[in-house]
Amino acid sequence: MSKADACAAILWIGATMYAVFGGADFGAGLWDLLAGGAERGSRARARIQRSITPVWEANHVWLIFILVVLWTAFPEVFAAIMSTLYVPLTLAALGIVLRGAAFAFRKSVEGLPARRALGATFALSSVMTPFFMGTVVGAIASGNVPAEGNGAAFSSWLEPLPLLIGALFVASGAYLAAIFLVADSHRAGDSEMEGYFAGRALAAGLVAGALAVLGLVALHADARYVYERLIVEGLPLVIVSMLCGFGVLALLLRRGRRGLRPLAIAAVAAIIWGWGVAQFPYLLPTSLEIAAAAAPDPTLTSVLVVFGVATVTILPALGLLYTLAQRDIVGESGE
Amino acid sequence: MPGPDALLLAASESNLLAARQMMAFTLGFHIVLACVGVAFPALVLTANYIGLKRNDPDAMRLARRWSKVAAVTFAVGAVTGTVLSFEFGLLWPEFMARFGDVFGVAFAIEGLFFFTEAIFLAIYIYGWKRLGGWAHFWSGVPMFVAGIGGAFSVVAANAWMNTPQGFTLDAAGRVVDTAPLEVLFSPAWVYEVPHMILAAYMVAGFLFASVYAVGMLKGRRDRHHRLGLLIPLTIACALTPLQIFVGDVAARGVADHQPAKFAGFECIQETGPNQTEYLGGICTDDGVKGAIGIPGLDSWLVGFSTDTVVTGLNDIPPDERPPANTLLHLSFDAMVGIGFAMLALAGWLAFAWWRRRDIPATPWFLRAVSISGMAAIVAVWCGWIVTEVGRQPWIVQGHMRTEEAVTEAEGIWFVFAGTMLLYAALGATTILVLRGMARRWREQGEGGEAETPYGPPGGSA
Repeated sequence: MSKADACAAILWIGATMYAVFGGADFGAGLWDLLAGGAERGSRARARIQRSITPVWEANHVWLIFILVVLWTAFPEVFAAIMSTLYVPLTLAALGIVLRGAAFAFRKSVEGLPARRALGATFALSSVMTPFFMGTVVGAIASGNVPAEGNGAAFSSWLEPLPLLIGALFVASGAYLAAIFLVADSHRAGDSEMEGYFAGRALAAGLVAGALAVLGLVALHADARYVYERLIVEGLPLVIVSMLCGFGVLALLLRRGRRGLRPLAIAAVAAIIWGWGVAQFPYLLPTSLEIAAAAAPDPTLTSVLVVFGVATVTILPALGLLYTLAQRDIVGESGE
Repeated sequence: MPGPDALLLAASESNLLAARQMMAFTLGFHIVLACVGVAFPALVLTANYIGLKRNDPDAMRLARRWSKVAAVTFAVGAVTGTVLSFEFGLLWPEFMARFGDVFGVAFAIEGLFFFTEAIFLAIYIYGWKRLGGWAHFWSGVPMFVAGIGGAFSVVAANAWMNTPQGFTLDAAGRVVDTAPLEVLFSPAWVYEVPHMILAAYMVAGFLFASVYAVGMLKGRRDRHHRLGLLIPLTIACALTPLQIFVGDVAARGVADHQPAKFAGFECIQETGPNQTEYLGGICTDDGVKGAIGIPGLDSWLVGFSTDTVVTGLNDIPPDERPPANTLLHLSFDAMVGIGFAMLALAGWLAFAWWRRRDIPATPWFLRAVSISGMAAIVAVWCGWIVTEVGRQPWIVQGHMRTEEAVTEAEGIWFVFAGTMLLYAALGATTILVLRGMARRWREQGEGGEAETPYGPPGGSA
């Protein structure tokens, strides 16, 4: 494995972390949106808020991590994506501002009207952000981002595949969020919320699965290179994802809780790595390969060193935060 | 009728102006929150330490309330900071394509610090009740380190834009080799990094103190307010003399490394010795009008002798001179002026404390403190205007002009207008939310926070 390949793998690790943990935070926003009126939805919203309050900012940093690694290790790819997909990226950035700010504000204001307005902003932007991020990924996979940048501003992402991937991002986030909320409710001994989110996890899982199948059809039509590698080199990962997805389904139906989260995470992570394998060796199919896009060697070494430092410092710290949050030592009630 | 090329050129000039304004506006907004993010840990941990060490409930209450304030400001700072990393690519794609792999390493390191700060801030803010006192205190210490480390990384990247080094270009101007350590420690980092870290501490210190000064002017002169004033004010005042020393070193560094920038903000037209230092005034082609001039002082400040030759704008090629010299000149003077006003404030506090172990009795002292927070913010804005406008027309000094870096995308003015509206709403809501928190604290003392996001106040969770 060359240093450039290793840096691309780091990008995919960041994308996986962001899709799993950041994605679940966005998904929780979707469930907040769909929780119903102020009275009826208050229990679900309280559960959602308790679960994401201490962790969402740390989870959000994965996005910064991806952007920085991309522009440092593969600067031309970053510029090409940014100068082509500036419309969905600007909308995603808008969603990020609205979501983060509205969530923090909602916790800190009193009065139903203010909370409701901020809550709606938080929830709507939680759907908008992953959708537009998904269109960016779909447009890249479709080969609509030319290596020299400045591709078509609208037709690059207003196509079936990018729009489907956008919807898939929303659905997979909602799926993970519901699974995490099932586990959180279970641990809190709240069987009503446990059942509530289990039903939603099931629904979101089915929708995500259906979108993934549709995505495969669109991939066949619009992204032939990626499709052909996905069903050959990427096939084991697709199978892993399907098996994990069915495993989650079976657990949900049998009310099993053990292994629910790892299986759901693996189902999503396997698809992300399947995408990576299917694109290989391109970063921008089929115009720019990893090796051609890579920064000079000392820069790549620095990125690898920084990532090495991150694995021995940041990952344990993240683990500590999650553990403390899971044990309710750190959380809203401890503020 | 203009040909298509001329239209294209006009479009890119319009983009350049829009992109520069948008970058300035969003950076100006973010820098205030970034300052609080960098320096907040030291303030809150000081109050926390006093609270634990002396078993002081007032100091403990201050630390808890400040941590709730930080929960809001850090969130807004995180999202506005994210916008900036998008803007790098959205507004300056050519800059990123050519130099992203050079200065990116600084941002990769910043990512580590940002992670650290986000993780330990969460543990600290949401760990008050269930972590033991000292365990909780120590959980906050990594964010103190991360604040300083993060500021170092980001400002080191900016320093590199001012004094670029650590890369090799081929004949086509593409980067073919990099030396990351030379990038991180480019000449300007020595003065830019400490200048900004001290500025962050001064902004946060004077800003927090000004809140309590206003409260004391309204008659709330309890121990809670005195302590809330004194902890941040003491830190900010103690750092002010150091900041003036660093600023002085920085100005000499700029004179040395970026003579065009220095000539721009000092409005030096002709190269030569015995340069006059002008305070205020309008910068014209014939020199400064309507200013107080101190003969020879400028040369003396640059080289400790009035014989020091200082480069004037006449020795800078016309297309490499910084624009808007009056803006630069007045921004520099305002920053320095505010710095010295703060030094006077620090002296006043030190004198009163030495004589009477108390803050100065006159309400004028509190009035001065109550505007010091805003003054510190204005000084930071002025400093960044000097740094960034003063480097123009370059985005990377001597290597890439800003006009080469800008995007060809359409609708930048439209996005900029939308961003201004969004940020105006964001800023106003942040202030309203913080004021609402302060009002509730005054009304209900400790505790009393509603638990559910939507339920009626006091409803079941």
